[in-house]
Amino acid sequence: MSAIGATDAAARPDVPRRSDTLTDRILATWGALVYVFLYAPIVIVVLYAFNESRDVQVWDHLGLSYWSQTWRDPTIRSALVLSLWTAAANAVIATILGTAAALGLRNVGRRTRLGFDAFMYTALIVPEIVIAIASLLFFTTVGLPLGPIAIVLTHAVFNTSVVALICRTRLAGMDRTLEEAGADLGAARGERFRRVTLPLLSPAVLAGGLLAFTFSFDDVVLSTFVSAPGSTTLPLRVFSELRFGLSPKANVVATSMLGVTLTAILVAQHLLRRAERRAASTGVAGG
Amino acid sequence: MRDGHAVAEPRALIVPAWGYYGAFLLVPLGFIVVYAFARTTGFFEVTFGLSGANFQRLWDPIYLKVYRATFSMALAGTLGCLAIGYPFAYWLGSRSHRRKTLLLLLIVVPFWTSILIRTYAWALLLAGDGPLSSLLQRLHLIGSELALLNTSKAVWIGLVYDYLPLMLFPLYVSIERMDRSLVEAARDLGLGKWRTFSRVTLPLTLPGVLTGGLLTFVPMTGEYVVPSILGGGKSALFGPIVGSQFLNAIDYPFGAAMALSLVAVLLVMIVVYVRVLGRRAEANLGAAL
Repeated sequence: MSAIGATDAAARPDVPRRSDTLTDRILATWGALVYVFLYAPIVIVVLYAFNESRDVQVWDHLGLSYWSQTWRDPTIRSALVLSLWTAAANAVIATILGTAAALGLRNVGRRTRLGFDAFMYTALIVPEIVIAIASLLFFTTVGLPLGPIAIVLTHAVFNTSVVALICRTRLAGMDRTLEEAGADLGAARGERFRRVTLPLLSPAVLAGGLLAFTFSFDDVVLSTFVSAPGSTTLPLRVFSELRFGLSPKANVVATSMLGVTLTAILVAQHLLRRAERRAASTGVAGG
Repeated sequence: MRDGHAVAEPRALIVPAWGYYGAFLLVPLGFIVVYAFARTTGFFEVTFGLSGANFQRLWDPIYLKVYRATFSMALAGTLGCLAIGYPFAYWLGSRSHRRKTLLLLLIVVPFWTSILIRTYAWALLLAGDGPLSSLLQRLHLIGSELALLNTSKAVWIGLVYDYLPLMLFPLYVSIERMDRSLVEAARDLGLGKWRTFSRVTLPLTLPGVLTGGLLTFVPMTGEYVVPSILGGGKSALFGPIVGSQFLNAIDYPFGAAMALSLVAVLLVMIVVYVRVLGRRAEANLGAAL
């Protein structure tokens, strides 16, 4: 199982164990409590976005008035537009670079691969604040303007790694005999890529692109450092509003962001799982 | 025709990504190093050179306190995740396969949603007149309003909550891969429940514990959003302090030196991790990411 890659499919038959009913019961309760812990806060935010109360944190009754108020605010609307297009642009860059790299990496030597891995994992594991600061120093010193373009370019670094990782996982699990069959049947490289490799890989590409979109759409830290006055994304808007305390508008924006993110994530997960199932079935059919 | 290379795409395909990492990751990180050795000589004025002054300033008790607070907070957060995560991962490891897929997906989903929103949720939840406070008051568990928001306890809760999934995956992977027959054998040979755990289960799953620890500890040290929202600006943790060098104090060289020092400490930790786990490190990190 992996956090960014697809769901693990390695089935392991459950070995009958000496069952200790009390321990089992405690563990099961613990498991349930962890899920409550993970989801209750999110549910509360959504619930409170529909709260009709002057006090944000005090529950009154259900209603939609803050929704229309929030989305009539022109600054919030422009923040949404900015967030959407920067996230989309970042996703396009990350998807192209990440997919191409994943394909190219199948044919490189160990040293080259390790060299690439160093970059890929650095982008994933270095604390975001460090990358944010580095990017700020880079843009200001080189003389590139801060703002939307800088946001797109810095977001795409982490997300290129995300797409590359997902595509590599997929390629590693892919049945190469299909591609080889294509080659044996005389398909030219371009055609083979278009008709065999790409269809097999495309769910991973799409899922990677969607994740790249959501990670950018949700980002605060990188954007805080490379945005300019006037380029306020939706998360930046929520973040700055929170410094002055909770507000009903922030609840509504947060819930809307959750909606966008959850939709993208669930679609991505669905694509990856379906691809995995198909791979499993072609594997059987192909012998 | 049948050799593997006939099917593969041109190697040159990795060049664009490589170039991109070079331009927007490697060069910017290089700028941190360059700035860390530069000096602030005026308002928005920086003189480059090989000055150690910024690093000397890091030994100032004020900043040493920041490091101490940051590392102890990250350690506490990591231990919190481990305490919640280990029993959970153990339980999840023994579910039937069909259930597991869904249960795992349910952990991924919150992890993939915005850290801002998840942290914000706790600001709402922990507010003095918020839902948790009123619930606890109604149950007579607390006498007066909850006073957790803007304290380091709130930051700790936020960190544990936000990073728990990153601990769960590696733990789950190592527990799942563990040879359970060894545990059976230990029990059959008459080892008690706790000794089986400490002598067999824990050592077998140690790679997962270490991987989870690394994956949660590292980002926690640099966390910016959680202390900013839940610590109420007062929290003297690394992330907000280094951030303010760039956003408020405009002392780029000193901020760069701070960032570099953090990266250095984390690098040492990663090297130790790889040394301890050896070849298993790559497999564990790969599986968890």
